[in-house]
Amino acid sequence: MGISRRFALKSVATAAGTALARAIAPAKADAYERVEPADDAVGMLYDTTKCIGCKSCMTACNEANNLPYDTRGESAGRWHMPFDLNEYCKNIIKLYKDDETGEQSFVKRQCMHCVDPACTTACMLGALYKAEHGIVRYNADLCVGCRYCEMACPFNIPKFEWESRAGKIVKCELCAHLVAEGKLPGCCEVCPTGAVIYGNRAELLAEAHRRIEAEPDRYVPHVYGETEAGGTQVLYLAHLDFEKLGLPDYGDRPVPQTVKTIQHGIYQGFVAPVGLYAMLAAVMMRNRRQQSEEDTKDEG
Amino acid sequence: MNYATGSRARAVGGPIFTKTVVALLLIAALAVVLIAVRFALGLGATTAMNDGYAWGLWIAFDVVTGTAFGCGGFAIALLVYIANRGQYHPLVRPALLTSALGYSIAGFSVLLDLGRPWLAWKIPFMFWHWNPHSVLLEVALCIMAYMLVLWVELSPAFLEKARDSGSATLRNFAERTLPILRKSMLWVIALGMLLPTMHQSSLGSLLLLSGPRLHPLWNTPLLPLLFLISCIAMGFGAVVLESTLSSRYFGRSAHRDMLASLGGWILPIVSLFLLIRVVDLVVRDQLGALLALDRYGTMAAVEIALFAASIVMMRSQSQRLRLGNLFRASMCLMAAGTLYRFNVYLLAFQPGEHWGYFPSLTELLITVGLVAGEVAAFIVLVRLFPILEAGSSTTKIDPSPAGIGSTSPTA
Amino acid sequence: MHNETIGEHLVRCGVSRRRFLRFCLELAVVAPAGVAWADKTRGAEMARQIAGARRPSVIWLHMQDCTGCSETLLRTSAPDLAELILHLISLDYHETLMVGSGHQAEASLHQAMSENAGEYVLVVEGSIPRKDGGVYLKIAGENGIDLLERVAANAAAVISIGSCASWGGIPSAAHNPTDAVGVSSVVRDKAVVNIPGCPANPYILLATVLQYATAGTLPLLDDLGRPLFAYDRVLHDHCPRRAHFDKGEFAGAFGDEGHRKGWCLYHLGCKGPVTHAPCSTRHFNEVVDCWPIGIGAPCYGCTEKEIAFRVPMFDTVKPESFAPAASFAPIYHETKTVSPVAAGVAGAVIGGLAGAGLATARSLDKKDEEEES
Repeated sequence: MGISRRFALKSVATAAGTALARAIAPAKADAYERVEPADDAVGMLYDTTKCIGCKSCMTACNEANNLPYDTRGESAGRWHMPFDLNEYCKNIIKLYKDDETGEQSFVKRQCMHCVDPACTTACMLGALYKAEHGIVRYNADLCVGCRYCEMACPFNIPKFEWESRAGKIVKCELCAHLVAEGKLPGCCEVCPTGAVIYGNRAELLAEAHRRIEAEPDRYVPHVYGETEAGGTQVLYLAHLDFEKLGLPDYGDRPVPQTVKTIQHGIYQGFVAPVGLYAMLAAVMMRNRRQQSEEDTKDEG
Repeated sequence: MNYATGSRARAVGGPIFTKTVVALLLIAALAVVLIAVRFALGLGATTAMNDGYAWGLWIAFDVVTGTAFGCGGFAIALLVYIANRGQYHPLVRPALLTSALGYSIAGFSVLLDLGRPWLAWKIPFMFWHWNPHSVLLEVALCIMAYMLVLWVELSPAFLEKARDSGSATLRNFAERTLPILRKSMLWVIALGMLLPTMHQSSLGSLLLLSGPRLHPLWNTPLLPLLFLISCIAMGFGAVVLESTLSSRYFGRSAHRDMLASLGGWILPIVSLFLLIRVVDLVVRDQLGALLALDRYGTMAAVEIALFAASIVMMRSQSQRLRLGNLFRASMCLMAAGTLYRFNVYLLAFQPGEHWGYFPSLTELLITVGLVAGEVAAFIVLVRLFPILEAGSSTTKIDPSPAGIGSTSPTA
Repeated sequence: MHNETIGEHLVRCGVSRRRFLRFCLELAVVAPAGVAWADKTRGAEMARQIAGARRPSVIWLHMQDCTGCSETLLRTSAPDLAELILHLISLDYHETLMVGSGHQAEASLHQAMSENAGEYVLVVEGSIPRKDGGVYLKIAGENGIDLLERVAANAAAVISIGSCASWGGIPSAAHNPTDAVGVSSVVRDKAVVNIPGCPANPYILLATVLQYATAGTLPLLDDLGRPLFAYDRVLHDHCPRRAHFDKGEFAGAFGDEGHRKGWCLYHLGCKGPVTHAPCSTRHFNEVVDCWPIGIGAPCYGCTEKEIAFRVPMFDTVKPESFAPAASFAPIYHETKTVSPVAAGVAGAVIGGLAGAGLATARSLDKKDEEEES
């Protein structure tokens, strides 16, 4: 059929060279530098055994963030009654209930403020960024509304203003504006039972372990967020499996690790793309030279 | 070789507003109305996208699949300029036009999809804010740059028309610009191969960040490689479809031998893709999931079967020389590539069982309208500008590259 | 006689100290904050302070009104209370309560105004008609506007009692045939305390007047001129039926099961969630549950300028605050929806493309065969 397989393979190999290297790259552990929580990292500790589901944290959150209430759907304009985090809700109390076993637990959901967040890795211009104290903050000026953060976040936290014509991202920023004034985040400020408390991550972690040690029967012997997905700055204590509360077992591998490894491996110093470019150009020039030699031969 | 600046292509000519074009434009006009509605009411009111499936049809099809369809220019360029197969030169311009239109549609769809599209200018220009970890940034910059590169690669077609036109100004401009383009085209074309290599593979890397929420049948660090290989195969497939259809539409004889031997290039590429795909599944111990009769296993099986079917249909030169067969095989290939991309972006992506997504009517009709507009634009541009070269079913392809690219510029 | 203090007056009239102390404590309940002497937590201290003050001279003008506010002031459950109230203030002119009439009445108005010029408290009940030069209301040959302006000129404080005096009330309801307005639209050079309500709670008036008598100050006001001590929050926040609102238990119609069980009246058009008033904590006439919601009638928002006589009585309103509902979000909330039309169109497009493609392939086959043969 007149076409050599060698050329077919060569051309694919040339183009695929970069990608191949990327695929192999994850094996190189040194390409990804594991991010450790900062010494001054702050966070929250939520304890399902203390939460009474009063939801005052939800209204306090909207008030602290000047966010309109979500009174759509079944609420029919009466209550702030979202069924999930959304553009009007940065903080929600959910209820796990198993009618057969009678197991029941509230769970508070908001941004986990990951130690190495997927959203800040995803964000093109750094609209989502790790700010002071490791708080994951949002700068609308740099947000084009691409929603890649929503695709990336393993906890499904960032939400988009679907009802707006200029949709921005909405997510808990740990009330950084209040924290800066020395105040508590809205939810921690109002919680009547101390189910959610604010503080230095290391101290909260120590407190969580202290509680488990003091009352081992009361808790699942694990602090969710200590290592999950590379660690989060919001920590959870629970009396039921975390999976049941919608907190999946992601292992301790940071979500961005794969991508960062690949991107770093390939784009470090931009050597690989420039090299590939040079190679492509060189092949083309060689081909052109051969061509003109043959042309001259033909003409001559 | 005169790198796309020398061509035997001729404008097809003929009436512009034929029934087909008018019909296509009407569909596109509906999309324009719906686009206005989308901007007036916002994304929530017009699309089915939600906080679980934040990306929908416009990303999965218009951008991810659309640009893969638009890889014809990339694939043919690899063949002609890197593998030094000058005999395929007649396919370059139509492939470039398809690519340029496909990428332009993709870029436009992104603007529809963005929540705050008027800030999109910040992506290329606010370089001090660039996030080096962001795959999407790389994709965005590459696609923007590549769109530009494609139109520059295609510009000789417009300049030749200008040179032959009655206007002295246009003629002067073309005569001054064409030599400059001819000299620098090599570097542009090289860029035109580098950029798709980068962003087509990165379209696969994008979803690696959703790793924990990606179904294991598709969640592999080889995603970028698989996306890259499949996009080259799809690029060739797109060229076969586009070339066959346009020769039929304009009543010209098809480049039968050229397309058949092009099929010979698709074969090893798709085989390589399938090999990697299956070996990857075996290594990651996912064959069980593939054989499971749930929707994930089924869709993965259908996707792999379609790829395999295209290989079977293109297995020998005699099979490929039958245009009907080649056309069917290419359709299979395009369907397979499309399904693969949909699978990764919509099916494998699992924000949770409680979330669901099916495109809304508005989303669908806008996508359909954009594609209709693209086809109409192709027909019109091909009629007006020297893009297509008449093919001959009887001409045998000279296996040596000599003598094809050396034709002098048409005067 | 108007120089004597409240204490001297009470002794002279034989009101017992115990009765007065009890009244002071009651007052402390309705006016928990904002009144100057409210920080005196002991009834005896409050009583001492009130007793030491001079009885304020009050001139009470009636405009376009129904006298309901006056009635409420007098319709106390204990007969001696109304009397006590009249002991606390020196009601020098009140058209419906005065003994005298005609020229005699006008003489007492003139006397009260001249004797206490710059010191008397003016209480206005009813709205003032402005249309056609104010001819729709005349007292002793003088129209309402002129009368009000004349009396207000030398008043130390001006208080509008009831919704009519506050901003027009019923007479100003669309299309407002007499161009009825509240006091503050006529008296523009003086701060006017609005005590809206239909009728207004008389304790708010008393607390305001007594604060003026004892401390010489007027209470802090909100942006509608209402004393904050009484109108600072929506009655919904203290509504005895609030628990039913939070639980989602609503009366659907008058007389239905929910209504009989005393559930929330929100759906019957209760304006409680946006109405700033102390009704839910201070019922009328010292009778428990003597207020609209207490007897199963939805609040109609009489203390709100934009609600009563403006918004239809049985229309629901959007609450001002959104306390969490008693129902909880599940861990996973199902949101899947597929539009059948979109699914149909998608199917048609895919099917159409596949069909057209296969048809094309078949016709290409034919050509292939022709060429082969």
